[in-house]
Amino acid sequence: MAQDRASTVSNASAGSSGDYPPFNQRHLLSIADLQQHEIIQLLDRAAAMVPISRQERKSHPTLSGKTQINLFFEPSTRTQASFEIAGKRLGALVMNMSVKTSSVSKGETLVDTAATLNAMRPDVIVVRHSAAGAVELLSQKVGCAVINAGDGAHEHPTQALLDALTIRNHKGRISGLTVAICGDIGNSRVVRSNLLLLGALNVRTRVIAPRNLLPAGIENLATEVFTDMREDLKGADVVMMLRLQHERANGRMIPSVREYYHFYGLDAEKLSYAKPDAIVMHPGPMNRGVEIDPAIADGPASVITDQVEMGVAVRMAVLDALLPARNEP
Amino acid sequence: MSASATVATLIENARIVDPASGTDHQGAVLIEGGVIAEIAIGKPIGVPDHVEVINAHGLVLAPGLIDMRVFTGEPGKEYRETLQSAGEAAAAGGITSFVMMPDTTPVVDDGALVDFLIRRAKATSKVNVLPAGAITKGLNGTEMTEFGLLRESGAVCLTDGRHAIQSSAMLRTVMSYAANYDMTIVHHLSDAALTGDGVMNEGLFATILGLRGIPREAETIPLARDLQLAALTGVKYHAAQISCAASVELMAAAKKRNPSVTAGVSINNLALNENDIGRYRSFFKLSTPLRSEDDRQAVIEGLRNGTIDTIHSDHDPQDTEVKRQPFAEASDGAIGLETLLAAALRLVHSGDVDLLTVLRAMTSRPAEILNLTSGRIAVGAPADLMLFDLDYPWQVSEKQIRSRSRNTSFENARLAGKVMRTIVGGKTVFQHSD
Repeated sequence: MAQDRASTVSNASAGSSGDYPPFNQRHLLSIADLQQHEIIQLLDRAAAMVPISRQERKSHPTLSGKTQINLFFEPSTRTQASFEIAGKRLGALVMNMSVKTSSVSKGETLVDTAATLNAMRPDVIVVRHSAAGAVELLSQKVGCAVINAGDGAHEHPTQALLDALTIRNHKGRISGLTVAICGDIGNSRVVRSNLLLLGALNVRTRVIAPRNLLPAGIENLATEVFTDMREDLKGADVVMMLRLQHERANGRMIPSVREYYHFYGLDAEKLSYAKPDAIVMHPGPMNRGVEIDPAIADGPASVITDQVEMGVAVRMAVLDALLPARNEP
Repeated sequence: MSASATVATLIENARIVDPASGTDHQGAVLIEGGVIAEIAIGKPIGVPDHVEVINAHGLVLAPGLIDMRVFTGEPGKEYRETLQSAGEAAAAGGITSFVMMPDTTPVVDDGALVDFLIRRAKATSKVNVLPAGAITKGLNGTEMTEFGLLRESGAVCLTDGRHAIQSSAMLRTVMSYAANYDMTIVHHLSDAALTGDGVMNEGLFATILGLRGIPREAETIPLARDLQLAALTGVKYHAAQISCAASVELMAAAKKRNPSVTAGVSINNLALNENDIGRYRSFFKLSTPLRSEDDRQAVIEGLRNGTIDTIHSDHDPQDTEVKRQPFAEASDGAIGLETLLAAALRLVHSGDVDLLTVLRAMTSRPAEILNLTSGRIAVGAPADLMLFDLDYPWQVSEKQIRSRSRNTSFENARLAGKVMRTIVGGKTVFQHSD
């Protein structure tokens, strides 16, 4: 059973690899690959990274001399920026590659791209791809560490880690809480990573969505599955909202934004069913007025900007854990 | 004829297993002039002069397999598979005839192409290639081909291969017209809209992998429709491949009323299930997806009780370029000619299905459905035979694959049962060597 740790943001010294047992993973592809103690170690490492970004001199160059490639097959401003800042604050040489317009569209396969980049001898490749399993496929073809920055509807492990860190900071613990995840469950990689991670930390997980946004077998992954955004928020410590892709609300999956917002958009009235001290989270980017009322998104219960800050810390921690400083001559 | 003056071949001391007659007994078979001349079970056989004698001690002699669903790369994608390389692979797998799907470039939707393929196969393939004609031009699902002319050219059945006709009205039309020429319609079951961009069986496992699911209803709804239209039109109808328990139930109910409907199953759906996909192994991405273990058990039961008539390899060569892709972006299909028999024998070794039933589904049943004279050990039948060691252990190795493509769903699988000799028209076309 995990001993929950209180937020250690204030008293943490900037962590370095030496303070932790070796992190025995070559890649970070899926939360499913992590043991509970590894998850906790990453959260502790991330908590120790937070002060670095709050210093005036935001530098902790444990990765100096290392090369990090951010390989994004799908556009993402915030995740790419977060990984870039994380790498740079650790002193790595960071290169961003957006592949939408480059060789892949000329017919080069993912495996070819992997082989080409591998020959340039990077130390870590951060990959986002629209297809589930693509990051794992790429990881099999390269000699360096690979971090999954989101693969289709499969996983987004650093998002789940940053969500957990944010929850721990605000609630002082993770285990025993009730976390409601609401919205487009079926298409969300954030949900899968979160259910795995929160499940591993003994959280009561609830998914709440209209039935046609719930994927088959979800009852085996979440503690509870519900469809009512009012009654079913009762007792929730955390309300995590998901982005609804606009194209889903065109009558094919959801009749309209108006109806979706009416029944599933988080507003003050629906939030009042959750615990009085419940926090509101969103992985971003948000659709204000679609899944969330702007007054809630920017209100006192919202910890959305904290999530963004913890995102940098988590990515620093993951990079630092996967690329242990070797004894340089 | 071979170099020696041999005019006849005698296979003696064999365990003769012939599903058509229900035979499973020690005996001898005499081959003369490319056909089976005499069968001796429990009695001596008259041996002519200049006979080549094959001592089949310890081996099973069975009709050569008839594989009802094989995709080739020729014409159009010879780098994937030619008729010659498919013939090599088939011969090594004990397959003496295979039905070639019309999904080639160009599509086999014209009698002249059927004629060409038959002649080309005679020149290059070690086994009999039986072309199927397309139901619709270019497999477009909307314009029917010349069924009568295709039949005259030698097409053994009509199918749109891996394509499914979506319009019920179109299906009714082609079924009526096929009945006119007594041709069997072999139809792939896939509701395009329900399948959507699904890439594997719908369920918990797809959800965990973050892959779009294909519901079983994408198969059962077109099957239910097809069976009703088959009854309406009186056509001979063969459901190309069924994969789930609900389809087996539909077939069983339909067969009680209509003896002209039959069903096939891919060896993949008998031997594998969705869990074999593991972490995105694209060689297990198949059209007619691998289903759950419950479904696999249901199709095995369907095979056992006769609801499912035939087993085929669904041999579908694909190159690395299209297979080494993220799962959802990879092409469907796996090769299977060389592993069909041994994979099917797993069901025998596990005690699930008896040997006669398993072999029947790959010999006499396909022959009956396609009106072939082969597929049985009977006097006067073509000497298309195989000798196999029922228990011979071996491991599938990529290096030893004869197909030009290596996308096997049995890579490194340990199998028991190996073909020792394959005979087509009285001539040995494959012999096992250690």
